[in-house]
Amino acid sequence: MLHALPDPFLTWFNRRGWTIHPHQQDMLDRAASPCLLLVAPTGGGKTLAGFLPTLAELSDGSHAGLHTLYVSPLKALAADIKRNLRTPVDEMGLPIRIEDRTGDTTATAKKRQRADPPHILLTTPESLALLTSYEDAPRIFAGLERVIVDEIHALAESKRGDQLMLALARLSALRPGLRRVGLSATVEDPARIGGLLARHPDPVEIVHADPGPAPDIAMLETAHPPPWAGGGGRYAIPEVLDQVARHKTTLIFHNTRAQAEIFFHHLWLANEASLPIGIHHGSLAREAREKVEAAMVAGELKAIVCTGSLDLGIDWGDVDLVIQVGAPKNVKRLVQRIGRANHRYNAPSKALLVPANRFEIVECHAALDAVRAGTLDGDTILPGPRDVLCQHILLTACAGPFDADALFAEVRTAGAYAELTRTAFDACLDFCATGGYALRAYDKWQRLMQRADGMWHLRDPRAAAAIRMNAGTIMDTDTLKVRLKNRMGGRPLGEVEEAFAATLTPGDTFLIGGQTVRYEGLREMTVEVTRRADREPKIATFMGTKFATSTKLTGRILEILAQDTWPDLPEHTAGWLALQRKVSRMPRADRLLVESFPHDGRQHVCAYGFAGRNAQATLGLIMTQRMEGLGLAPLGFVATDYATLVWGLEPLQDAAPLFQADVLREGFETWLAGNAVMKRTFKASAIIAGLIERNIPRSASRKSGRQQTFSSDILYDTLLKYDPEHLLMQITREEALRGLVDYGRLEEMMARIGGRIDHVTLDRVTPLAAPLFLEPGRIPIEGEGRERVIAAEAEILMAAAGLTL
Amino acid sequence: MNVAEGHRINLGRAVLTALPQRALWWAGMRVLVVSDLHLGKSERMARRGGSLVPPYESQETLARLADLIARWDPLHVVCLGDSFDDNRAAEALPPEARTALSAMMAGRRWTWILGNHDPGPVALGGDCTDELVLDGVVFRHIAARDAQVAEVSGHYHPKAGVRGSRRAAFVTDGRRLILPAFGTYTGGLDVSDPAISGLMAPGARAILAGRTMVQVPLAACTRPAHGPPTRWARGLG
Repeated sequence: MLHALPDPFLTWFNRRGWTIHPHQQDMLDRAASPCLLLVAPTGGGKTLAGFLPTLAELSDGSHAGLHTLYVSPLKALAADIKRNLRTPVDEMGLPIRIEDRTGDTTATAKKRQRADPPHILLTTPESLALLTSYEDAPRIFAGLERVIVDEIHALAESKRGDQLMLALARLSALRPGLRRVGLSATVEDPARIGGLLARHPDPVEIVHADPGPAPDIAMLETAHPPPWAGGGGRYAIPEVLDQVARHKTTLIFHNTRAQAEIFFHHLWLANEASLPIGIHHGSLAREAREKVEAAMVAGELKAIVCTGSLDLGIDWGDVDLVIQVGAPKNVKRLVQRIGRANHRYNAPSKALLVPANRFEIVECHAALDAVRAGTLDGDTILPGPRDVLCQHILLTACAGPFDADALFAEVRTAGAYAELTRTAFDACLDFCATGGYALRAYDKWQRLMQRADGMWHLRDPRAAAAIRMNAGTIMDTDTLKVRLKNRMGGRPLGEVEEAFAATLTPGDTFLIGGQTVRYEGLREMTVEVTRRADREPKIATFMGTKFATSTKLTGRILEILAQDTWPDLPEHTAGWLALQRKVSRMPRADRLLVESFPHDGRQHVCAYGFAGRNAQATLGLIMTQRMEGLGLAPLGFVATDYATLVWGLEPLQDAAPLFQADVLREGFETWLAGNAVMKRTFKASAIIAGLIERNIPRSASRKSGRQQTFSSDILYDTLLKYDPEHLLMQITREEALRGLVDYGRLEEMMARIGGRIDHVTLDRVTPLAAPLFLEPGRIPIEGEGRERVIAAEAEILMAAAGLTL
Repeated sequence: MNVAEGHRINLGRAVLTALPQRALWWAGMRVLVVSDLHLGKSERMARRGGSLVPPYESQETLARLADLIARWDPLHVVCLGDSFDDNRAAEALPPEARTALSAMMAGRRWTWILGNHDPGPVALGGDCTDELVLDGVVFRHIAARDAQVAEVSGHYHPKAGVRGSRRAAFVTDGRRLILPAFGTYTGGLDVSDPAISGLMAPGARAILAGRTMVQVPLAACTRPAHGPPTRWARGLG
C-alpha cells in the first residue's frame, strides 16, 4: 500500500528541493506494522524516516496527549533530535509539541510533562524506566501510538537495552496496539536486533536503506613516526592541524577521555593559527558540553576533540572529516565513526586513522583491510541479565501493586527474557521481597509484601524514592566532581575518577576540559582546584570505556604478524617487528609466546595470548595466583588486547606449568570465587539489582551526620562464605563469565594454542613488550610480594622519621 | 616487626600486643580487647528501610571473636563500645548468636563499655560501664580530649594506607591507643583525618592489621584524596 505524504510535507520537500528517499517512503508505507526495523548508514535520513509517519499522523491536530516516544542512548542525541525536528515542524506549521526528558531536564519541567505530556517525547532508557515507575504511568502513556528506538544496535549490546526492552514490555501492556520502530546503523545480523525489538513472539519487518558509497579511508601520513609505546598520537599534531585547516569541520576521536584531554592540550599549544577547536567527552560538566555542542551547531568550530560521547548519530553541522586517533578496537565502531563525516547521502565519508604507537599501526592496517572487505564484527546476544530484571521488578512495585503471574508473562514478551523460567523469575522476586537469603532474617522488614489478594506491593511506600534514585544500569567508575575553588562554591569543570584523585597531593596539576588546574584539596566529595597551575600537568587518568579488540580484528592482526616481511607497513614498524623476531620470537595464532626478563629491579613475564583485554586480564589473575603458589611473589599485572605483563620479585624458570589448559581451567575454578574482577562484577550487579544503594535521599543522609561506608567486597566475602548460592552470586558468576572475565575467549585461545608454548628467557625488555610498560590500568596483587614491599617501605618511613620500635 | 602473632605496643607501663585480627591482647593481665563489633547492623539497616544486605555479619563477627578467645583464653574480655548497632539490634539478636555469646562469656569476666550507638545496658550478662580502669590503663569508647593516663579507645574505625594498600589500623602515641573496628560490616576513617591525628602527640604511629603487622609514622600517612574507598551504604556512622 502506497502512502502519499500529506500536502504540507510535499510542499516542504519541494521547497527544499528534496525528494523522499526510497526507505523513507518504505517506512511510511509500512507505518501500520507492529514492529519495524530500519537499517541505514549514517547520513541516510534515518531519523526523519522514523519520524515521518508520526508527523503525518499528527499533522491534522486531532491527537490529544502523547503520540510518539523516542528513545536514544544519548542525552545529547535527544536534544539534537528535538532541534532537528523543530525545523520541519515549524516550517510546515504543524500543531505538534515536542519536548525532551533526560537526566538533565529540570524537576519542574518533568512534573509538568507528567501532568500534560507533549505529542512527541524524546528520552533515554533510564528516564523512560523512571516514567513507567510512576503511579500515573497509565495516564501519561494513555494516547501512545508509536515508540522509536534510535541507535538500537548500540543499545542491543548493553544492559541499558535490556532495561529498555523491559520498559517497552510494560508500555505494550498499557497500550496493546503500540507500534515499535527501531533505527539501526549497518549491522551484521539485523534479524537478531529485530528479535530484540519485537514484542515476543511477534515478527519484525526490516527495511534496508541503500548502504551508499564506500568510505574514503586512509592512514594519516606523518613526518615523525609514532612512538614505540604509549597512546594519544601527540606526534601527529602538525599533520592533524593541517587537516583541520583544510576541512570545514573535523571530528577527532579518541578511545579514552584522558587521551582526548592530553591531545587537546597539546593541540592548543601547537595551534599557532588559533583555529577554533573544542573538546567534548562524558566527564565534562554539562555546562561545558552544552557550550561545545551549541558552538558546533552554529558552525563556529573547526574541530572537536571527542570520545564515544559523540559516537552516535548526532547530526552536527558540516562534518567533512573524521580522524580516529588510536586503534579503533572494533571494525563496526570504526565504520560508525567514519559515518560521522559527510552527512550527505551520496557522498563518501572521509576518514583518517592515526595509530598512537607502532603496535597500533598493525591494528589500524588490519582494521582498514576489514573495512575495505566489508566485514563487520558480529555480536553474540545473550539471555537477559537478572540483575536488570530485579531492578525492573522494584520499579514496577513503585508504580503500584502488581500480580506476579501477569508480570512474569509481560517480562517474557521482551526478546532477551523470552526463555526466562518461572523459577528464575521467582528467585528475582524473592530477592526483591526478602533479600533472598538462605537465612530468613528479614520477614519483619520485607521490601515487598504480598497482600491477601495475592498482589505484591512496597512495604514502605516511601522506599519508592530511594528505588527511583538508584534506577539505571550504567556503571560509572566512581568519580568525583571537580570545581574551581572560590567562596561561591565554584564552577563545575567535570569529573575525575576516585582512583585518580587518590594519587593527587595539593599542588599537583592535571588536565580537565582542556585546561591545566592545580589540586588544592578535597571538600565533601568534591575535588577543589584553582587555575594557579605552575607545573607540567599530571596525566588525567579517567578510565573511559575499554573496548576489547574483537576476535575478527585480532585474527587479522595475527595474520599480519605472521608475514615474512611487511612491505605494506611503514619502515619503522616493519623494523620494529623484525627486531622482535630477531631478539625473541613473533607471536603466532597456534602457539603461545611467553617472554621473561628482568627490568627495573623486578622480574617480568609477558604472555601474548591475543585474547582481548578482558580475557588477558583474566589470564593475568590466574597466572598470578599460580605464581603466588610457586613462590614467585608477583606484585601486579597489566593486560592489553594482545598480552598480559606480570611483574614480581622472583624470576619465572619454566612457563609450561603456568599455561597448560588443565592448569588454567583448574586455576580458573578456584580463582573465580575470590578475585578482584568477581568483586567488581558483584558490585555492579548488586547496584543494579538494588542490594547496594549508590544514592540515598538527601533527608536520610543529612540525618546520619558523619558518613561511614563499608566496601561491597565485604558483602561479597560474606555471601561467599555463608550463602554461596545466593541469587546475586549466581548473577555475578554469569556476568563475569561473559563480561569482564570473558572466559569464552580464553577457552578459544587455549584451543588455538593447543598446549604449544614457546618460553623465551631474555636479559631485557623486548620490542613487543615495551608498550605494555606504559599501559594504564595496572592491577596490584595482594600476596607475599606485597607484604615484603610494604614491610620494606614501612622500615624506610620509620627510619626517615627517626622512629624505632 | 613481629609476624603473625602481633605487634608490641608500650602504653604507659603496660605492654600490649596489637593482633592481626584487629584485636588487642594484654598478656600481663590476660585481657582481650575488641572494639566496635556493631552486631545487628544488617537488621538495623533493613528496619530503617535501607538495603537488605546479607544477614550474616553478626555470625561472622562472633565466629572471629570465638576464634580469638579459643586462641588466647583470656580471663577478661573488654568490648570497647558500639558492640551493638543500636539497642534494638541487641534485642533482636538471634538465639544462635546469644548462645554463642554466652558460651564465650562463660568462666571469664566480660565488660561492655557503652558506646554512642548502644548507650543503654544490655540484657546479655557481663558488666556495663562507661569507663573501666585496669592497672593504670583507662578503657573508654571515645578518646577523651584531655586524657591524663594511658588510654585505650575505639569509635573512629581507623584505617591507614601504605603504598596503595589500605588496612584497618591501630593508632598510638605511647599514651593513647585507638583500636580498629572488629565488626564485619564496618567502614573506616583515615588515620590522617584530624579527628584521629588531632588526638595524637608528635611521633605517633599507625600499626596496620594484616598478615604482616607493620608500623608507619602517622605523619607519613597521607590521606587518600577520596576518603573511604567506596561510596555506598553510608549513613550509619
